[in-house]
Amino acid sequence: MLTIAGLSKRYAKGDKALDDVSLGIPAGQVVGLIGPSGAGKSTLIRCVNRLVEPTSGSIRLGDTEITRLGGAGLRRARRRMGMIFQEYALVERLTVMENVLSGRLGYVGFWRAFLRRFPQADMDRAFAVLERVGLLDHVDKRADELSGGQRQRVGIARALVQEPDILLVDEPTASLDPKTSRQIMRLIVEVCAERQLAAIVNIHDVALAQMFVQRIIGLKAGRVVFDGSPEALDTAALTAIYGEEDWSRTIREVEDDAAEEAAAQDAVRVLRAQATPAAARAL
Amino acid sequence: MPVTALPEGLRSWQRRTPRGQIAVWFGWLLAVAFTVFCWRVMTQGTIWAFVWDAPTQAADIGARMVPPRWSYFPALLKPLWDTLNIATLGTLAAIVLSVPVAFLAARNTTPSVAFVRPLALFVIVASRSINSIIWALLLVAILGPGVLAGIVAIALRSIGFIGKLLYEAIEEIDEGQVEAIRATGASGAQTLAYGIVPQIMPAFAGISVFRWDINIRESTVLGLVGAGGIGLNLESSLNTLAWPQVTLILMVILATVVVSEWVSAKVRHAII
Repeated sequence: MLTIAGLSKRYAKGDKALDDVSLGIPAGQVVGLIGPSGAGKSTLIRCVNRLVEPTSGSIRLGDTEITRLGGAGLRRARRRMGMIFQEYALVERLTVMENVLSGRLGYVGFWRAFLRRFPQADMDRAFAVLERVGLLDHVDKRADELSGGQRQRVGIARALVQEPDILLVDEPTASLDPKTSRQIMRLIVEVCAERQLAAIVNIHDVALAQMFVQRIIGLKAGRVVFDGSPEALDTAALTAIYGEEDWSRTIREVEDDAAEEAAAQDAVRVLRAQATPAAARAL
Repeated sequence: MPVTALPEGLRSWQRRTPRGQIAVWFGWLLAVAFTVFCWRVMTQGTIWAFVWDAPTQAADIGARMVPPRWSYFPALLKPLWDTLNIATLGTLAAIVLSVPVAFLAARNTTPSVAFVRPLALFVIVASRSINSIIWALLLVAILGPGVLAGIVAIALRSIGFIGKLLYEAIEEIDEGQVEAIRATGASGAQTLAYGIVPQIMPAFAGISVFRWDINIRESTVLGLVGAGGIGLNLESSLNTLAWPQVTLILMVILATVVVSEWVSAKVRHAII
């Protein structure tokens, strides 16, 4: 679905953010992109939809060469790529519905969009994705009234309503608590499976990446230094990506977290059991 | 630099280096010297006999100003209406003209930082550098006396004010939201309408109402130079030494300004 070949990006100040990156992602595959801060993760996904202009190399989405597009052609290509952001990047003063419908801007003219008179088919799509992400009750709320997890669901809905072929996901969980992070990652992975979407997910949390994605790519200083299954990500690979550190606990953390979660649920159950007789007495 | 070693191996820290300390003291010294100098200049040309006389004079005028001449009030209604119209129409015209100027002046929306932006900034500075009353003087000469000159004067002065505050608001928006809209495949105009306009709406409304409030105050004096409104009555009353009328006019202006401040506070509160 997405083929990147020899992609390089050099910023005006001279530092090389991406250095000869080549990779291919088939439809339906969710790829976790890990690496230290400044390794070029964000630059890579922003090159794909040309929010950042690549210096050299080729990016093909299906049969379309993205790097040579301009104007209307670029806008048509962007319609096929849904983007999800770290700080949600919702238009805070617009309602949930307006934010979701903004995902259809590439398909409607200016006046229809300006007057909020979207075609009925677009409304149908918007309601369908809002139902999928579980926000039908919040359609008329303003985005800044929602919690972090709800906002990111709106972000996902906005990306899905574009009916894209690929999702570009930039640190979707960096502003969320651990439980919400898992729910959001699960939702992203599930919708990708349902719609056969390819996805690139930038992610800091290695353990979270291992839990959810099918393939992990490690970037270091703009170069791909690891490309393989989550299980293949061992101490040696993590050292290659991030440098020397005690990685034994990071790799085990997946099971640890699962155990912690189970323990927490048990604790809640015990508390409820204790609370009930007291509550009954109080009544 | 401000860290110094003490004999027992401890370290001390000061906010400024010794040189910095001296520079600050010297700065204060200059400020005091300048104040003393200004005071001498100011008092040189003063005729002290008039100043010592001031309480008597003030009491005399005060006595002539009361009671206000209430019967004059009906004659003020039409000029007051003119004043409100000058302020409101002038503000509306300024809003229409300043919005495009602001978008051309903001660094993140201007089509060309090298050519268009300096031009837009010049329009803003030119408009701001000339007071409404000076604009009115010029316009009374060009358009003739009357309400129209007042409206245009208010509009010309307000373009700079609204334009400047609005373009600063545009430059302070969250680019992440704009980027997200652009990433959906939206066109430039759509990105403006969805990514930028919602973010600047509160600032825009607040600025416009604030300027309307200021313009009510400014339009009350435009009549002094013949540009219509209640200022015309103020001028003629002052010229004929009709102090009880002056009192009433000042009271009417005060009441109008209080009401306009109340309205603008309410509107701003409702929008934000």
